[in-house]
Amino acid sequence: MKEILLDLLRNEALVYTLMAVVPLLWIIPFALGAVWLERKVAAHMQDRLGPMRTGGWHGWSQTIADILKLIQKEDTVPLAADRLFYTIAPFVVFVGSFAAYAAIPFSAAYVGSDINIGLFYVIAVSSLVVVGLLMAGWASNNKWALFGAMRSAAQIVSYEIPVALALLAAVMLAGTFDLQEINRLQDGGILNWFFFRKYGLMAVAFLIYFVASLAEVNRTPFDIPEAESELVAGYHTEYAGMKFAMFFLAEYANMFAVSAIAATVFFGGWTSPFGSFMAGPWWGAFWFLLKSMVFVFVQMWLRWTLPRLRVDQLMYIGWKVLIPFAFAVVLGVGFFVLATA
Amino acid sequence: METATATLDPAARPIVVPGFARPLKAHEMVINMGPQHPSTHGVLRLELIVDGEIIVDIVPHIGYLHRCFEKHAEHMTNYQQVVPYCDRMDYVAAMSNDLGYAVAVEKMLKITVPERVEYIRVIMAELQRIANHMIAIGTYGLDIGAFTPFLYLFRDRELILDIFEETCGARLLYNYIWIGGLSHDVPASFQTKVKNFVRVFRPTITEINNLLSYNAIFVKRTADVGVLPAETAVNYGASGPVLRGSGVKWDLRKNDPYSVYDRFQFEIPVGEGKRGTVGDCWDRYMVRVHEMEQSLNIIEQAIDAIPPGDVQSAIPKRIRPEAGDVYVRTETPKGDMGFYVVSDGTASPYRVKVRPPCFVNLSFIAALCRGAMIADVIAVLGSIDIVLGEVDR
Repeated sequence: MKEILLDLLRNEALVYTLMAVVPLLWIIPFALGAVWLERKVAAHMQDRLGPMRTGGWHGWSQTIADILKLIQKEDTVPLAADRLFYTIAPFVVFVGSFAAYAAIPFSAAYVGSDINIGLFYVIAVSSLVVVGLLMAGWASNNKWALFGAMRSAAQIVSYEIPVALALLAAVMLAGTFDLQEINRLQDGGILNWFFFRKYGLMAVAFLIYFVASLAEVNRTPFDIPEAESELVAGYHTEYAGMKFAMFFLAEYANMFAVSAIAATVFFGGWTSPFGSFMAGPWWGAFWFLLKSMVFVFVQMWLRWTLPRLRVDQLMYIGWKVLIPFAFAVVLGVGFFVLATA
Repeated sequence: METATATLDPAARPIVVPGFARPLKAHEMVINMGPQHPSTHGVLRLELIVDGEIIVDIVPHIGYLHRCFEKHAEHMTNYQQVVPYCDRMDYVAAMSNDLGYAVAVEKMLKITVPERVEYIRVIMAELQRIANHMIAIGTYGLDIGAFTPFLYLFRDRELILDIFEETCGARLLYNYIWIGGLSHDVPASFQTKVKNFVRVFRPTITEINNLLSYNAIFVKRTADVGVLPAETAVNYGASGPVLRGSGVKWDLRKNDPYSVYDRFQFEIPVGEGKRGTVGDCWDRYMVRVHEMEQSLNIIEQAIDAIPPGDVQSAIPKRIRPEAGDVYVRTETPKGDMGFYVVSDGTASPYRVKVRPPCFVNLSFIAALCRGAMIADVIAVLGSIDIVLGEVDR
């Protein structure tokens, strides 16, 4: 895609800007759609209909109406808040989750930036979110917000370890951090997916990754930082209007990002499950989005089914269950990789 | 005015928290939970003194919903006018409150009500108990973070409310159980509708058990949390599911029967500590689930046995009890609700004192929560099942 655009426009800066805008063009409609979908999924699981009026067909434009409402809201800042950090925190959070999209391969033909340490970059840059959350919690000058921020910092930092270890297993298998290369290695049908490799070890790695990534994006059963029944709204207690919407957007952007990584690393990303049948750049984008959306749906499904853990239980699961298992998987995969080398 | 800015210098002037035994230490902090907090079940305000996430102490503040029930009762022109005020105490179990008051005044007047009235009252009270426990269990799920069971229960609660609405026109505050009778006879479709509800609701209990009660995360959050030993429960005067959750088999419907409860077969479920310690939050929760099953049993026995008759034949023309007093306690869904009614021989009560179960059950929340975490406060509070309308009256 980059080559085509370069040919067409003959201006590198413009091409790179255009390439960077593509994920944004995806995130915003995705977030709008996903919020609507989440409401519908929740409603149908709970034996009700959800939004049905706005826009006509099944309330499809409900989220658009909500966003318009949020834009019109007065942009309040609490008197006791730290104005500067309070204002930039939502953007730091969003930038953190948005930046991860740069390295996610949407198709064989399109990846924002085809760097050879793509996976490493995604893990690193998504940690930036913690800074924003801490900023939001601290600058709000609200004790509930502070609790939410401290909880999320502890949680995200802890759960990055199992996430990174689980992905490390895939990296050892692939021998590269390059996400496009990881996808190409899984080409050629469903059985080539990393999920089915190494006698189930990679499946365990995927489970560890998925559970830990739920905690990374604050989804149930790990939505402790914003546990509404305990902490009112966690780190965004004091936020309203568009600033709140930015947190919301970042949450959904994050949801998709972790699902996309799961799809890319374990389920073949843009490769077709039927080998060369239904393969190609456009089919690639289709498969990638389909696989990612399945995990987005699973996250919604879990949210409306499970209760929430307590903060100490969450830490226990992270440090004493997921991390030891992740180490075992890394060892096991490493052994098989060496043995078959 | 003193500000609540914590200082790290222990030598600095200590922060004194009203109602807390000692000044705050440097690493302790006061957090205000409520009255606008999403899970204090109304306008309860808890002043949490915390050390990080650990609860050091809790100072509850009540009275945000105080509506002068007892003073209003003294100023009514007759006894019957107190009934709507009783509705507004425990507003999610209005039938049960009315029943308690009606039984108390009837005892004063020394009148017996017709069999038909008694049977309908029992059915209504048991339907109300189920409706109350649906809210208790559903909101408890919400407190722990499970959203869906709440809506399943509310869906089925609609069936009960429809029955009530068809009978007396109201869905929340019924003014249905009058002194000596009922405001309306039941409609023709009453029996079919109640039977339909019983048929529909039994599978829902199983569904809730699968979805919530035995969910590993739910059990992890509630078992061994907020343990209330039987002795402490009795000493504090706990009652209802809170007392039974601690393993004490005490239910006024059996131990001090009123109305026609002595004619029905039912069990008193008690906490057994199946998932943790006896008297933990899970036990209190589970007692409510089993009580719903038992209430269904009572309704099934009563619904076909309703004798014919007039529901208003025993309603006195003038309610003017002889001077004296009476204390009657009934088992409402929340626990023992006692009505102490004093008459001076006039048409309006001289004094109506209520012994509210929620108020008493709430009194030991600090004892249950000390040393636990902030999330546990929510779990404990939800398991006590309070309604602020009744705590404050």
